[in-house]
Amino acid sequence: MNLSQALEIASCTDPGIVRSHNEDSVAADAAKGLVVLADGMGGYNAGEVASGMATTVITTELQHLLEETPPYKLEPASGTPYAEKLMREQIAKANTSIYQAAQSQPQYSGMGTTLVAAVFYDNKVTVAHIGDSRLYRLRGEAFEQLTRDHSLLQEQIDSGMITPEQAKFSQNKNLVTRALGIDPTVEPEIHCHATQLGDVYLLCSDGLNDMVSDEDIGMTLQTLSANLRLAAQQLVQMANDNGGRDNVSVILVRVVRDYAAPKGWLSRFVSWLR
Amino acid sequence: MGAKLILSMDGLVLKEITLTKERTTIGRKPHNDIQIDNLAVSGEHAVIVTILNDSFLEDLGSTNGTLVNGQPIKKHFLQSNDVVELGKYKLKYINDQGAKGASPLDFEKTMVLRPGATPKPAEAPISKPGISQTVPTMPASPPPPPTLSTTQPNAKPLATSQAVPTAGTSHQTVHVSASQPISTTQPMSTSQAVATGKVAAIQILSGASAGREMELTKALTTLGKPGVQVAVITKRPQGYFITHVEGANFPMVNGRLLDAQAHPLSDHDIVELAGVKMEFFYKT
Repeated sequence: MNLSQALEIASCTDPGIVRSHNEDSVAADAAKGLVVLADGMGGYNAGEVASGMATTVITTELQHLLEETPPYKLEPASGTPYAEKLMREQIAKANTSIYQAAQSQPQYSGMGTTLVAAVFYDNKVTVAHIGDSRLYRLRGEAFEQLTRDHSLLQEQIDSGMITPEQAKFSQNKNLVTRALGIDPTVEPEIHCHATQLGDVYLLCSDGLNDMVSDEDIGMTLQTLSANLRLAAQQLVQMANDNGGRDNVSVILVRVVRDYAAPKGWLSRFVSWLR
Repeated sequence: MGAKLILSMDGLVLKEITLTKERTTIGRKPHNDIQIDNLAVSGEHAVIVTILNDSFLEDLGSTNGTLVNGQPIKKHFLQSNDVVELGKYKLKYINDQGAKGASPLDFEKTMVLRPGATPKPAEAPISKPGISQTVPTMPASPPPPPTLSTTQPNAKPLATSQAVPTAGTSHQTVHVSASQPISTTQPMSTSQAVATGKVAAIQILSGASAGREMELTKALTTLGKPGVQVAVITKRPQGYFITHVEGANFPMVNGRLLDAQAHPLSDHDIVELAGVKMEFFYKT
């Protein structure tokens, strides 16, 4: 099923004002309903290598696999859509590739990357994330963060040690508790959300949400959602105008049409049998 | 370099304490890390929990309480230059991470906190239990060390100062149509865009709203009719720009049709969109 008529996608990535390298990496395929964003870390150009490997491995493998297996089909063992299984497997594969490269080549030692990836299918989105790259959703007036960072700061907020308001002043913003490619295995956090017509999804690296308040991000999306490309550029520009201290990347996905999975009599019958 | 506390009484500096331990206790009894031998201070008065670069102060149910910047607190997330008061004693908290030591760039780079590497400054020298940093009672204190003068109150790390959230939102919407008066929908912004440069405005020159003036104080101001033709004026540190957002027709500036790129606006430029003319100008 080709989703390019149902989803409008725009992306923008920028090294920012201060850094010379862009260690972020983005990839998108509207036809497959697939978006991937990674924020790499590591010395020299290792961060770019890690984030580039993550987006490349996950995108190319999933493009291929989504062709073979409809993502909305339920996996018999778990009862969850195949999309989840496919993402879990490909994230594990990317993790292994990055980890092995880091182990075998000294210049890549210790490299890793955060990840946020989403697959759209059957009026749903399955999102997987590791680290502090985020997925937000604008639905009508409501702008919400759908992912929860794997970071020291988020853990402190969760334990009640610090309020979200105080967190803006924390000096511990840059510590993630999970990353791709650091250990032999990694556990991605995967959730499925129902989408609605008109929803705008934002995937971003921390270079955006550290520099621009959620309120301003939400208002920009609301104001410029008619022109997604412009909205993406505007968000990056706002991060840079506010100092641009980190690489900043955004992917925007707008649901412009219904994209329910085809339901023939056979599939209806099969689901009735279940 | 970690955060530190400067203990003083009546403006006289008594001691400087670097926060190296995960828990730094403050109280009158000798086993405290910071002992203040004064009856106004409880035996176990307060504790400072330090996790990497952040420190949290907690009052341990003291008799006379703990103040931070004049306000009584139970628990407080310490910010550089906070003044903690216990009775007549003052502890100034200084955290100039990022301004000193590692460059702010290295400091801000994302790092992974590995499981097992608990968020403790464990590598820092931890004073042995039983040996506390005893503070002598007044006035048998040494004069303030000269190094103290280097800690400027404004030596706030860049990481914090630039991350201060902007209060309010920085957007506004102006609907320009033949029948509709101009409406602004968002509150004033206090973002940095406002703080820099002169404020500009647009004045409607034709149509039903002719003569109306609108100050461009927000980061984004949209003009036009949604679904027909919309343009956005962005306020940036380097000035104002107009960009086409939606609609088959692009806006005109001084009679020239714009393309998809942002176009810088100059004083007294004439903007035309959705059949309405308006003038852009800087307020004096």
